[in-house]
Amino acid sequence: MRLEIKDLHVHYGKIEAIKGISVTVNEGEIVTLIGANGAGKTTMLKTISGLRPVSSGQIIFNGEDISKMPAHKRADLGLSQAPEGRGIFIGMSVLENLEMGKYNRKNRKAEMNEDLEKVFHLFPRLKERISQVGGTLSGGEQQMLAIGRALMARPKVLLLDEPSMGLAPLMIANIFNIITEINKTGTTILLVEQNAQQALQRAHRAYVLEVGHVVKEAKASDLLNDPAVRAAYLGTGAH
Amino acid sequence: MADKKFRYNVRDHAAEYWERSPKWRRVCLSISFIAFFYALPFLNNPLINTPGSDFQSVLFYPVGMYVLMAIGLNIVVGKSGLLDLGYVAFFAIGAYTMAILGTHTGLNFWEILPIGIALAMFSGALLGTPTLRLRGDYLAIVTLGFGEIVRIVAVNIEAIGGPRGIAGIPTPPDFFNAKFTILDPKPYYWVLLTFTLLIVWMVRRMAARRPGRAWDAIRQDDDVAQLMGVNTLKYKVWAFVLGAAVAGAGGVLYASQILSIVPDQFNLNVSILILACVVFGGIGNLWGVILGATLLAFTPERIRFLSQPRILVFGIALVVMMNLRPDGILPKKKREHFDPNWHTVEESGEGEIK
Ligand SMILES: Nc1ncnc2c1ncn2[C@@H]1O[C@H](COP(=O)(O)OP(=O)(O)O)[C@@H](O)[C@H]1O
Ligand SMILES: [Mg+2]
Repeated sequence: MRLEIKDLHVHYGKIEAIKGISVTVNEGEIVTLIGANGAGKTTMLKTISGLRPVSSGQIIFNGEDISKMPAHKRADLGLSQAPEGRGIFIGMSVLENLEMGKYNRKNRKAEMNEDLEKVFHLFPRLKERISQVGGTLSGGEQQMLAIGRALMARPKVLLLDEPSMGLAPLMIANIFNIITEINKTGTTILLVEQNAQQALQRAHRAYVLEVGHVVKEAKASDLLNDPAVRAAYLGTGAH
Repeated sequence: MADKKFRYNVRDHAAEYWERSPKWRRVCLSISFIAFFYALPFLNNPLINTPGSDFQSVLFYPVGMYVLMAIGLNIVVGKSGLLDLGYVAFFAIGAYTMAILGTHTGLNFWEILPIGIALAMFSGALLGTPTLRLRGDYLAIVTLGFGEIVRIVAVNIEAIGGPRGIAGIPTPPDFFNAKFTILDPKPYYWVLLTFTLLIVWMVRRMAARRPGRAWDAIRQDDDVAQLMGVNTLKYKVWAFVLGAAVAGAGGVLYASQILSIVPDQFNLNVSILILACVVFGGIGNLWGVILGATLLAFTPERIRFLSQPRILVFGIALVVMMNLRPDGILPKKKREHFDPNWHTVEESGEGEIK
């Protein structure tokens, strides 16, 4: 289940936010897009999910060009996203949020319970909070819910937009452990992060974005040791 | 935890009582409730009488009609969060369908009713499909324009009476013993009440099922709803079309009672007033909306003896009320509202998970 983005251009009005980006995500991989604030990471994920229109270029998923397909159909195909800022339905309970994740699948009780069990196995905290309203969860719990909800759709490719944003360090480590675990059970992941250290440790391959361009593409472990990347994104300088 | 900041809420108490009631009690309650409303025209209570206008007429218009329209608009504004400022257009389309077909063809009220509803729905879909792609403010402006356009078109088409409108609209044929005449508003009220009950039943069913969930999600975050696989445009158009159907039905019935219509009856004020009913009662909550519409339509009639200053008194009462209960009289479930600082105490412990 390969996701291939070819020479993508995306505009906000006259402003070009994505200026010809090509990214490939192979089956079973964790691929990460890292870059500073405003580099275009969120725009990439929104465009892949179909929330932003493509100006030119292609998004090929499982051999099919989906760049003109409406967002809800892409979700049906198996592209699932935990969006930036988590996007929890604050008026719905944890369970109702999780149910929204599988909105388009036939409501078969057994299947639903199976998926819920999987999510609760990854995030036991969500089970404790099952009838609590989304808006009253802590930031970390909301992030768990956002990822859990995306998993309810049984995604082929999981898109994660800055899952570490605004979380305490221990919580960040916890979330990244779970991301690795999700990948080990066979889900392909495209991970967008500003926390380059964690993202590069977990990912197989990485792309570095700067103002709408890919400036570097390599194995994640290589980038971790790249002096320029260390200087720019890991805050440790070259040495 | 949710009742940390407890505030007395009639809706919560009523809902709880209902949940705890066994089936037989629910049935008894529903039956007496419904029977009460069917018997309402015979109630001669000085408290709710309307000195200065005929109580039975007031029950049909404005009270009953506003309740019906507010329920319809609530599907659009309250359930799916779309701001429609031109709702009167669909009411006008229903009324004009009744007036034109009633005076030019041999069709009677019952035959015209489905046509009026269908035309209102069709225009709802026609307007909704392109405009519901737009976000908030634009939608409000486009619907506002649509409401005015329908009225202005009616004013300018001589074939449908132009500014003079249409007179001599036939009343519905007798229905068993009930005779529909200009002198007796009771049968109209009963038909209107029946429509309203049907629509309440339909809306409640939908709200508890997939469309209700989709509307909830769309209202809270349209983009995220799409990520969940919800065809948001489809559900928004449906909300719009259903709202239009309700107003269309109301328009057909209204025209058959009032017997003559002029375009100026369908001005912006009506849209705004219906919207006020929805907001005043408690946006999104069906019972709140019904109560809001009842009060807003009834109060000006009840205080008609004040003659001139009554609208001023009414306006002041509205302002005071919205300050006391900014979410409406019977707001939607409280859980929609949350205090973003509520959980900050807990946050520090979140590293301990797992
Ligand atoms: N809704 C928007 N309207 C206009 N410009 C936007 C909008 N969202 C993002 N941008 C611009 O697009 C660029 C990329 O933004 P974004 O994709 O959010 O970056 P990142 O997620 O990497 O921080 C930025 O220059 C930003 O200002
Ligand atoms: Mg971003």
